[in-house]
Amino acid sequence: MTTMTMGKPLRVAMGETITDLAADNDRLVVLDGDTAVSTRVDIFQQAYPERFYQTGIAEMNMLGMAAGMATVGDLIPIVSTFSAFIASRAHDSIRVLIAQPKLNVKLMSGYAGLLAGMTGKTHLLFDDIPIMRAMANMVVVCPVDEVETRSALEAVIKYDGPVYFRLNRGNTPIIFGDDHKFELGKAVTVRDGSDVTVFATGTHTSRALEAAQKLAADGIDVHLVHVPTVKPLDVAAVVAAAQKTGLVVTTEEGTIIGGLGGAIAESLAEFAPMPVKRHGLQDVFGESGPDGDLLDKYGISPPHVADAIREFVATHR
Amino acid sequence: MTQATKVYTPEDMAEYARQARVRILEAVRHAGGGHVGGPFSAADMLAALYFGVMNVDPENPTWEDRDRFVLSKGHSSIALYTMLALRGYFPVKELLTFDSVNSRLQGHPDMTVTPGVDMSSGSLGLGFAAALGIALGARADGRDFTTYVMVGDGECNEGIVWEGAHVAARYGLDNIIAVIDHNKLQQTGWTGDSYEHRISPYLGDQLADRWRAFDWHVIEVDGHDIPAFLNAVGEAKKVEGKPVAVVAHTIKGKGVSFMEGDFMWHSKVPNDEEFALAMKELGETNGGGA
Repeated sequence: MTTMTMGKPLRVAMGETITDLAADNDRLVVLDGDTAVSTRVDIFQQAYPERFYQTGIAEMNMLGMAAGMATVGDLIPIVSTFSAFIASRAHDSIRVLIAQPKLNVKLMSGYAGLLAGMTGKTHLLFDDIPIMRAMANMVVVCPVDEVETRSALEAVIKYDGPVYFRLNRGNTPIIFGDDHKFELGKAVTVRDGSDVTVFATGTHTSRALEAAQKLAADGIDVHLVHVPTVKPLDVAAVVAAAQKTGLVVTTEEGTIIGGLGGAIAESLAEFAPMPVKRHGLQDVFGESGPDGDLLDKYGISPPHVADAIREFVATHR
Repeated sequence: MTQATKVYTPEDMAEYARQARVRILEAVRHAGGGHVGGPFSAADMLAALYFGVMNVDPENPTWEDRDRFVLSKGHSSIALYTMLALRGYFPVKELLTFDSVNSRLQGHPDMTVTPGVDMSSGSLGLGFAAALGIALGARADGRDFTTYVMVGDGECNEGIVWEGAHVAARYGLDNIIAVIDHNKLQQTGWTGDSYEHRISPYLGDQLADRWRAFDWHVIEVDGHDIPAFLNAVGEAKKVEGKPVAVVAHTIKGKGVSFMEGDFMWHSKVPNDEEFALAMKELGETNGGGA
């Protein structure tokens, strides 16, 4: 079993990367909803104060203003705040002003998932992926580590259209080498295996990888596919990877209803019906607490992922 | 590049506003649905903006330095479409496709299909936020065009309007002019001393005072007095360091006696008799009908 190196939080990698990209791209502007020191777009603010717009604690307005800015001079507004205040609170602004006209606004969704720094259920949005992937014209990207975050942001800025970009808060294991290239809309095989195909997305993929390494010791050979672009889903790769083993487990730090698991199950039901287990956050709201305790209570720590896979394989072997 | 230099007089604008009301009623009648009261309260101001104020080029609707207009009270879309058609963005006869499937003239403005529509709008309050973003974008990109946004008084119920009003003042956005169509009636609104009697969402000076309280420069004007409105906008353009709200006092349903001030004409299709009477009052001697 290899030990993964701990890397930076994705929010930090994002703040650094957009600052780097801004050196060669004077169209990038950042709008903040008074969370910059948390979401780390303060890194950009310090480098480019004249391209940083504080719009206050008023997210519906902020997303609307970003849409307006995107119609002038090919500006590329990057909007940053917590996931709940983007995908939930400002949903109407995104739907009408950004997604419907397909404007080039990038939504940096900070503190996404379960581990949001002792904030509790008001700030935890388990259903951000279902909400955003159900919206026409929206692209949904969930990178796994700082390496992929940097590469993905380059692609996301090059892409002309709205993107929901999911970022976590805490330090995050690095699973990819520096030569890893993110390709928009492409799934990536992280571990080759023959017993069961596991799909994961976002930083949770590193937990799935740890689970796969544990299971290898128990004689279960996991084929692990990382799906950084949940929408558009890489359906061909998903179907091929699923057919390789004939058994599928999805796992995610998000609700199992309509998230990655929902997307995979929809595709497989249509193109390659087979047994599928959706693992992740259940039909519940969250709570505040230390990361480790939350992962345990909500059943998505690496041992929980391993148990879910082991049980599913045992039932279907 | 600038627009063709034809100069329109206030009398021309009044005539376009009259024609617009005729076309609006025709389109709504043809579609079998649509709004009348709000479009009629806005018609004179839209005519003044498109024929007397805004630097636009109908031949090149995406010209980057054009003045922008956002109809945040998007349910008055037919008024905007009518003015765009009269201004030459698309054929007037296309107005009769309003609200039909595959039409470029959707129930609420859609920037992806209609030439001249600078921003989609309709979920109330959102167009205002987008307009502020356009103005901020102009500043960010060093462009000196002006952004005009029309907001309904009922629309000012929406919290997002005041989110944006605060932010715009913080940025001292003096390249945006908000025209507040204060027609004093909403679709349902607040009941006065009888079911038929509906009262304004903002009584007396309340609406102007709210914009002042948010540090906007407020100019009050009669929104049906075209020369006065042109003066108000001229004054607004001279204001520096502050966004301007032109609070325009208007009459919902303005132009047709039995529609004026009646909340039931917010959204209603005239029957044959009402249509004929309205055409007569609007000076359409041939009885209207495209």
